[in-house]
Amino acid sequence: MTNLIAEELAKKQKAISVAEFFEKNKQILGFDSAPRCLITCVKEAVDNALDACEDADVLPDTLVQIEKADRNNLRVIVEDNGPGIVKAQIPRIFAKLLYGSRFHELRQSRGQQGIGISAAVLYAQLTSGKPTKITSKIGKNQPAHYYELIINTKTNEPEIVAENVVEWDRPHGTRIEMELEGAYVKGRRQSVYEYLKDTAIVNPHARITLIEPDDNEEVFERVADQVPTKPDAIRPHPEGTELGTLIKMLRYTDRYKLISFLMNEFVRIGRKTAEDLCKVANLDPEANPNDLSRDQALRLLEAFKIVKITAPPTDCLSPIGRDLIYKGLEKEYNVDFIATTTRPPAVHSGNPFVVEAGIAYGGSLPKEEKITILRFANRVPLLYQQGGCAITHAIERMNWRQYELDQPGGNGVPVGPVVVSVHVASTKVPFTSESKDAIADIPEIIDEVELAVRNVARDLRNYLSRQKLLEKRKEKEEIIKKVLPKMVTKISSILNKKEPDIMPIVANIMGNVLVQRKITGKNDKREITIRLKNFGEHTRTFKLHELSKYELVKGDPAAKIVDMDGEIDQIWKISLKPDEERTLQYGIKHDGVPELSMPIVEDIDEELVTGARALEPKRVEEE
Amino acid sequence: MSAEAKTEGKDELTKKKLIDIIGEFYGQLQSERVPYLNLPTRTKANIEYNDASEVWVYGDRESVRSAKTVRGAYQLLKTSYVVDFLNAQLDQAKSSTLRELYYISENWDLAKFREQQESDRLIEDLEIVSELQRENFHIRPEEDGASVLGPIKIKEQTRRGTKIIHCQDDVGEGGYQIPNNVDNLEFLEHDAKMIIAIETGGMKDRLIENGFDEKFNTIIVHLKGQPARSTRRLLKRMNEELKIPVVVFTDGDPWSYRIFASVAYGAIKSAHLSEYMATPAAQFIGIRPSDIVNYELPTDKLSDQDIRALHSMLSDPRFESEFWQSEINLQLELNKKSEQQSLAKYGLDYVTDTYLPERLSEMGVI
Repeated sequence: MTNLIAEELAKKQKAISVAEFFEKNKQILGFDSAPRCLITCVKEAVDNALDACEDADVLPDTLVQIEKADRNNLRVIVEDNGPGIVKAQIPRIFAKLLYGSRFHELRQSRGQQGIGISAAVLYAQLTSGKPTKITSKIGKNQPAHYYELIINTKTNEPEIVAENVVEWDRPHGTRIEMELEGAYVKGRRQSVYEYLKDTAIVNPHARITLIEPDDNEEVFERVADQVPTKPDAIRPHPEGTELGTLIKMLRYTDRYKLISFLMNEFVRIGRKTAEDLCKVANLDPEANPNDLSRDQALRLLEAFKIVKITAPPTDCLSPIGRDLIYKGLEKEYNVDFIATTTRPPAVHSGNPFVVEAGIAYGGSLPKEEKITILRFANRVPLLYQQGGCAITHAIERMNWRQYELDQPGGNGVPVGPVVVSVHVASTKVPFTSESKDAIADIPEIIDEVELAVRNVARDLRNYLSRQKLLEKRKEKEEIIKKVLPKMVTKISSILNKKEPDIMPIVANIMGNVLVQRKITGKNDKREITIRLKNFGEHTRTFKLHELSKYELVKGDPAAKIVDMDGEIDQIWKISLKPDEERTLQYGIKHDGVPELSMPIVEDIDEELVTGARALEPKRVEEE
Repeated sequence: MSAEAKTEGKDELTKKKLIDIIGEFYGQLQSERVPYLNLPTRTKANIEYNDASEVWVYGDRESVRSAKTVRGAYQLLKTSYVVDFLNAQLDQAKSSTLRELYYISENWDLAKFREQQESDRLIEDLEIVSELQRENFHIRPEEDGASVLGPIKIKEQTRRGTKIIHCQDDVGEGGYQIPNNVDNLEFLEHDAKMIIAIETGGMKDRLIENGFDEKFNTIIVHLKGQPARSTRRLLKRMNEELKIPVVVFTDGDPWSYRIFASVAYGAIKSAHLSEYMATPAAQFIGIRPSDIVNYELPTDKLSDQDIRALHSMLSDPRFESEFWQSEINLQLELNKKSEQQSLAKYGLDYVTDTYLPERLSEMGVI
């Protein structure tokens, strides 16, 4: 009885093609709401375009055009100036799922699995019933090939609906045109516009032109004219290897000896390390790796954890760099302050990664709203599931009040006119799901993100406290330049008395050192008195210069005298504690009002002195 | 000495006291100190009960207003301008209203006031520092229209001669309007057993319509919300000079209790004048929170502001007594408030025939 049922069931059991599977489960690839489906299609095409240009060392010039098509559908056109695709490959690249060049490679790139663009083609075909149109040209004197393609969902193989050679004015590049069900939305974070704006921030070498359905044209101009160096591919690092992968690698390797397998299939394993590993795992270095049992593989995996293996190389990563993150933020936001940082590379499960962060403050950013978080993985903006992302979690767990930002309740996303952008670059970015919306909470990654964000937040705090200080100084200047003189005039006129010298009051309000000169005497002798008083809270040590072209009588206390081209410079060394006062005196031989320039101070900031100007400090040459 | 000469002498003294403030600033400048002015802190934390006068006055806490801060610098600049203006006004024997002063500052450039509240407050500051009253500066408030109706005969020196007015027989239904300067009034004769000060116009009219003033020989004073200085001064004078008891009848909410407090204990904002204006013998009739329960009065829910005000009163030294603490706590518990006119629930005569006679005999007033 049981057997019979099993046999009945067996008749229905058959292999499902990947294409068929995704046809029924398209939401896991990021196709759910109508606006999101459009963004996903645009994103896949733009990712491909940028990756292709980088591979060919070409400055990307990408066109994205969204048009209205019939039955309320949209037509998406993405055109690039990349190297193009050879004729024979075109159908499979666009119309076969899981076909790609990067899946078997450990390298930082936007796309990885070879699902993206063919999934978009599949989605277009499912919702519009129309084939996707591809044009591609690989060089100036080469023909442009035109294809209309659909995916046979039963076999996951491309079907060519039409094929042609056409005229195309681009020297090389690829153009994709798909019709699909979607919605074009504006004015919110999750939109094609914002996606491209964010893309432009982390790809400052790219020019992206967007033509919206209402024919409005937006150009996100490039601010850098160098293509990022193409990241190198690396072999896997032992640390992150899983048992299944290791068994697979052992079974299919071409190496005959375990020791050479270890040295050639992994990065960072040399002869010495390989020998140590074999010893620890109690395995014969000469053994054929194909013959290793599951148990032996497990021992090898354990040995990976015991033997110290150098961290993977990090030159395979291509961070954007501080300067370019700065430029990217600067061109897309109108702000008062930007700080950026690139962390040194780190490793998670054998995968090298680099975190970069930027912070932008003020300008036209909204003051009362939560800060904007821009998340990027391998130069691709992440628009969805902000709340579930390691980047957000790192920002939420920080105490932002110590960086002078509001944080209601003391935790969570802070409030203020701020944009924080975080870029995680890695040979393998661990996403929480196949739709690549959020980075998984790997402790190493959260920690690095926090360190990077703290770096730029510290710069912001320094900027803000500097601003506060300037603000205070500005307020005090308002008092001493506007309010106080008016008050002194009024008071004196009410009392009908002479206006007192306000210089000491100015020094008092500013907390400065007062330098006040008085001239007395008669006939051909003039007595010059310089009164010094420290109204500040700190001891001030400096030199005071008095330049004079007259014959000097005496000084009390005596000054060091330096003859300078007919003028005499008297120099006193002064040190004044808070509230301390001193008087210097000297005489000159002169009949009438002497012409004396303002007293000069040296080794003290001019802003800290009232009644004297500072000597230009000698510039210390910086390296 | 003629009356004119007397005022002149007084004005000279006022001028001297004002100029002394400016002289103080000048001295500070000469001794290289940043100009400042010490003022008593004008908050509920700095008022104390004065045993001799039985009213609440400012304590020892002082705040320094210094030109070291932008705010302080502007306040001192404005102070100088106002003193200059008052000086000239006293010289010319003219006077102005608080509102006029505010508008005059339009021409003072940096010293211009941003709102009338600011200039009103500065005049109060000058009163405190000079230990004078704004009348001495020839500054007066707008007429606020508060009135008196009852068996008392008053002699008033007006700008158009001396008038003698009986506040029941010689006035209309609106009563006798209280002038700005009640120190010029002379009480000729009266036949009153008590003075009842009422917050709202509606309740005042109810008592007059029901003939309460005649039936109980009562002087009815309309407070018109938070009473003006002249109203409070008049109450104090009638109470102390004529020995007539004063009772205060308001709505049953925190703002009304503050009205009573400013009549009986002195207001926080003008505690420097408490000894001149507060009537410590004044008693509170209601509406009390316990009335809400006992008389089952119609109510409204307390607003957030009401609740904040009640909580603030719990730490206000003027409301320290057991009576007020328990009434305030009860009100917070009830979360309700009632108006005077809610007594109309029991008919229009209820307040004059039942509520007031009951309460007043309980209080020993009648």
